[in-house]
Amino acid sequence: MTRPHKPVVAALLFAAGLLFGTGAHSQDSTAKALQEYRDALQDGNPAELWEIKGEDMWQQPRGPNKVSMEKCDLGLGPGVVKGAYARLPKYFKDTDRVDDLESRLVHCMVSLQGYTRAEATRRVFGGPGAAADMEALVAYVSSQSKGVKMNVALAHPREREAYQMGQKLFYYRGGPHDFACATCHGEDNKRIRLQDLPNLTSKKDAQRAYTTWPAYRVSQGELRSFQWRLYDCFRQQRFPELLFGSDASVALTMFLARNANGAAFAAPAIKR
Amino acid sequence: MKKALVSMAALAAVLFAGIALAQSRSAVGEVEAMRELMRGFKPSGQAGLSRLVQDEVQQFCSDPGWQRNKARIAAIEGQQLAAVKYPADGKLMGNWKAGESIAQSGVGKQFSDNPSQPSGANCYACHQLTPQELSFGTIGPSLRNFGKTRGSSEAIQRYTYAKIYNSRAYSVCTNMPRFGHSEILTEQQIKDVVALLLDPESPVNK
Amino acid sequence: MGEPMRIRAQMAGDKVEVRVLMSHEMETGQRKDGGGNIVPAWFIQNIAVMHGGQTVLSAQWGPAVAKNPFMHFRFAGGRVGEKVSVTWTDNRGDKRTDEVAITAG
Repeated sequence: MTRPHKPVVAALLFAAGLLFGTGAHSQDSTAKALQEYRDALQDGNPAELWEIKGEDMWQQPRGPNKVSMEKCDLGLGPGVVKGAYARLPKYFKDTDRVDDLESRLVHCMVSLQGYTRAEATRRVFGGPGAAADMEALVAYVSSQSKGVKMNVALAHPREREAYQMGQKLFYYRGGPHDFACATCHGEDNKRIRLQDLPNLTSKKDAQRAYTTWPAYRVSQGELRSFQWRLYDCFRQQRFPELLFGSDASVALTMFLARNANGAAFAAPAIKR
Repeated sequence: MKKALVSMAALAAVLFAGIALAQSRSAVGEVEAMRELMRGFKPSGQAGLSRLVQDEVQQFCSDPGWQRNKARIAAIEGQQLAAVKYPADGKLMGNWKAGESIAQSGVGKQFSDNPSQPSGANCYACHQLTPQELSFGTIGPSLRNFGKTRGSSEAIQRYTYAKIYNSRAYSVCTNMPRFGHSEILTEQQIKDVVALLLDPESPVNK
Repeated sequence: MGEPMRIRAQMAGDKVEVRVLMSHEMETGQRKDGGGNIVPAWFIQNIAVMHGGQTVLSAQWGPAVAKNPFMHFRFAGGRVGEKVSVTWTDNRGDKRTDEVAITAG
């Protein structure tokens, strides 16, 4: 009985689409509505729930060695969290590699707390009903750089090398779709569907993009780190899976973090 | 398992071999470093490591300065066009309604996708097509009235089919995937998308 | 037991402005998982905010409230340094209470 009614409903929706949905006006009003939605999300960012959990994890004695992370050196000396994220990635003598925040956290969880590498990286991204400790730590540490100007150095040769390799990876086209990062993030004012895309080759967009991750994703109900952003971009690029803390991941982070230099860090943020 | 071994071997042997042969010793070092970097990926679902092995075009277009090499551009475009496989039955237009659902679908080829499900073309991610769909991207040009302005002659049908089959035949480093060449869409799916663009009854042309 | 809440209670003129972020899945009972099975409803049902032994806010919530909900309200009669406590109870009977001191505006 309901079947004959369906086309009527469809026709009405169609008419509504025609009334409100044509020309530049609708594009402007769509963009405006999206902006209003984003503004409404700003107060009460659930990312804070991850920050307080991460702060607690940082201070509590954990792991087989039952020690806290308060001796962990994130680049500004043991235990210094304030402003550390705004200077990462950087070269560390003790690991003899360029580390980003996550690979450094893994290093501290292994060397200080006595976890195995596998234990430390068992769950790095949260899923339904299973939050990731790593994302909580990342939320806490990054929150301690809020308002701090991005200042990623290219002083050590390894840092320069990581930057160059990250740049190459940014333009590296591959997979069945021939996609590179640059495919979607190489020009101004582009969108996928209605989602605005930052042009990561321009200073302004690169700064805004990098300084607003990690972010609470309302659509996922999860706090997402910058490394998750890269991981999921490569998934959509139809590439194989980006390995957590790999040189590739750190190099690309180095390229994008360095390009954000000079901008005030503004995360954990909240996004759609 | 065997396939995985072959692709691993291919990765080790072929990755950048093309550039490595042609360039200086410092460039070889760079190639080595890039190969090393690719160890930062692991096979997952249907996405094996062989996907990181670039073909000639991908390699060419990964250099941000590719525009300067005019001779290569013409050569590659010609070669890509010559490799387009047109349908054996000579029919280039399918069903625009089927084409619309292919244009809407963004699934396919991701490591999270079920490989037994057909891929979509995800046209709306980058292009405006029908006036009813407001959620369209802008990476590619608007295709609104694509057939209305061009007609649907045999020549236009062949061009449209070939453009979808292998976009690089006409624009070497375009952002658009090679839907036929890279086996993202089937022949029938491409025909359906051609119909979406060219059929006078398709909402794209209304 | 639940994860900790984030509570801020701050003087705003002669009122206390309270902001509460709660960590909760807030499952509606309408959603299906990957296997096509209904995900059971699981949501906060009751909220009680106490100050000086008195209830300053009580609320009954349903499954329409978002995951990790945020609540914002004002009440009169509080002073800097006094405690405000928030308690939620969900439909499984799980309960969580957190407390903060009121700060200057």
